[in-house]
Amino acid sequence: MIHDTVWLISATLMGLLAVAFIFVHARSHERVNDYAPLQKRAYRLRTVLFWVLVFTLGPAMLYTLTDLPYGSAKAGASGGGVQVIEAVGHQWRWELDRTEVKAGEPVEFRVTSADVNHGFGIYDANLRLIAQTQAMPGYTNRLRHTFPAEGTYRVLCMEYCGLVHHNMIVEIKVVKP
Amino acid sequence: MATSSYTPMLDRGARGEVLAAIAVAVVTLLLMMVFGLLMRMEQAQVIALGPTWFYQLMTLHGAGMVGVAGLAGAAVMWHFLSQYVTLSMRIFVANLVLFLIGVVMVLVSVLGGQFQGGWTFLFPLPTHAMGIWRNGAAALFMGGLLVLGVGFVLLHLDVARALIVRYGSFARAMGWPQLFGHDDGNAPPPTVVAATMVTIVNLLGLVSGATILVMMIVNAYLPGFAIDALLAKNMIYFFGHVFINATIYMAVIAVYEVLPRYTQRPWKANKVFLAAWTASTAFVLFIYPHHLLMDFVMPKWMLIMGQVVGYLTTFPVLIVTAYGGLMIVYRSGIRWDVASTLLYVALFGWAAGAIPAFIDGTITVNYVMHNTLWVPGHFHTYLLLGMVTMVFGFMYYITRSGPAGGDCALDRLAAGIFVLSALAFTLSFLYSGKASIARRYAEHLPEWVPYNRVSAVFAAIVVAAVAVFVVRFLARLPIATRDITRPTLPRGVQA
Ligand code: HEM
Ligand SMILES: [Cu+2]
Repeated sequence: MIHDTVWLISATLMGLLAVAFIFVHARSHERVNDYAPLQKRAYRLRTVLFWVLVFTLGPAMLYTLTDLPYGSAKAGASGGGVQVIEAVGHQWRWELDRTEVKAGEPVEFRVTSADVNHGFGIYDANLRLIAQTQAMPGYTNRLRHTFPAEGTYRVLCMEYCGLVHHNMIVEIKVVKP
Repeated sequence: MATSSYTPMLDRGARGEVLAAIAVAVVTLLLMMVFGLLMRMEQAQVIALGPTWFYQLMTLHGAGMVGVAGLAGAAVMWHFLSQYVTLSMRIFVANLVLFLIGVVMVLVSVLGGQFQGGWTFLFPLPTHAMGIWRNGAAALFMGGLLVLGVGFVLLHLDVARALIVRYGSFARAMGWPQLFGHDDGNAPPPTVVAATMVTIVNLLGLVSGATILVMMIVNAYLPGFAIDALLAKNMIYFFGHVFINATIYMAVIAVYEVLPRYTQRPWKANKVFLAAWTASTAFVLFIYPHHLLMDFVMPKWMLIMGQVVGYLTTFPVLIVTAYGGLMIVYRSGIRWDVASTLLYVALFGWAAGAIPAFIDGTITVNYVMHNTLWVPGHFHTYLLLGMVTMVFGFMYYITRSGPAGGDCALDRLAAGIFVLSALAFTLSFLYSGKASIARRYAEHLPEWVPYNRVSAVFAAIVVAAVAVFVVRFLARLPIATRDITRPTLPRGVQA
């Protein structure tokens, strides 16, 4: 899952940074008076680090840009018809024109709001957030998602909208095609 | 570069007004931290305040912390910048007074008027309260922010004036002649470069923020004056992003100024440094769309720009400032007291927080992490363990009783505990984000509660450690105004 990967990468990079700070701290107690040679070596190392970052982050960034959730691109080759759900956020409930869809076939959520900003977040049965878009008054965001497996999914609100924000929950049943 | 010739230096003590600003800031900070702890305890179901109280505390905590960070950052900047340029003390005091007025307005609107629209006052929530609070409370809150903003505009205009008087133009104060031409070694010191950057971006951010605030206040009373929700969101996040980031860029001046004094090594504004700050100026202005990645109706190029700039911003932070800190400390024989330790850790906190931040700025990641606790996770890392830690370091620096320090065992204990508990606290937020726990929820799903219990314990420890910092600072305030003859100061640090 992407969540675990993201956590792992972040924790690793933060850990490496911590190691660098601890290492330098450990080597800080004795003084080398002549700073110039140290500086020269440090600058050389920095250039290396710079290029390492460019050549790791750069491709990673470009790669992630190839699969954006925007527009219909996300639906992939949608052979059959797209199942459409009109979703409207209200303070404080979700209004969906249908709550049952088929697994394996793309669903297009047309998400908007009748009052303030809400966030349309789809959680799977294990409470993993698997897709989201904002619900904004005056605008309709189209979110395409194909549910891989049947089961009960929940929509939670992902944008603070007032007193009952934490309780705007609606279920979506995903059934066998 | 002649590294072994040092100029003896007298360090001026802090002005009373600067100390007053820091004192106001950290006492408020402590109170806001208690509010933060209460929020976590509520989410952990250890206490039962109810959603009304939770969202009031959340609104106060957000607005209060951002304001406090601004005030404290400005005080740190003012203290060091006034060595190089002539700043107006009256303007500084005006900002402090406006700050206090704004804070009172915010407090009254939230505690008296039950305003709970969140510090980001996202349109149209403030005027769409479903009867929970009145329009008047919303207008008072937004008016309070406006007053705070006006104070900062005044302050930055004065800084702008002083910089231009001394250096002729922003371009010179940013070291452009040395960056784009021959580096004659006469670039302005890091403090000036940072202050210039902050002035430029904050003035732009504050204008955007003030404009949308005025529009929304008008809209509160004349609903016929319609506002586009997407435009409002763009303006608010542009302002919010710039302002909160500028607090770090102001506070980091303490690192640039103090670590060279401890290590007897210069922190030079060389070409790489100048390039980093010029780049950061642009990045900070163009990065804000990364707050709107889940607004699919936004122009796609803007969202892609948000992601790309998000990756780029990590370079100056990691490769120039954090790396510069490591370089100057390595084999320097630095004396580790509470001040130098906190400033060093703060560099780590800033850089460490930038990592989960840019990763969340990846559109495909944002799709499944946006507005989970991952977000408070990364910004508490660079604000609590970065920005605020820089301010704590500055507090210990300015109240040390002489070159030999003057920390007691309690200070050292509190510092150690603070660093570990703050790290654990922010990691617990991040870990909750990995578990998809939504942010800004007064009540959590049962599955989420255990995470909050652990986090609340760390939060309580952070609050205790910070209480020590604040009490010790207030107790030693009188020392802070005294001038101190420092052993020596490396040549090249002073302008
Ligand atoms: C003991 C230290 C702190 C604790 C216990 C704490 C706790 C919290 C909690 C529980 C939240 C709400 C999380 C949620 O969305 O569910 C929060 C949000 C926030 N905190 Fe903190 N915090 C602390 C320090 C700080 C500091 C030092 C700053 C900035 C300088 C800060 C700035 C913010 C901001 C801007 C928010 C967002 C409010 C919103 O979502 O509207 N916090 N904090
Ligand atoms: Cu909501």
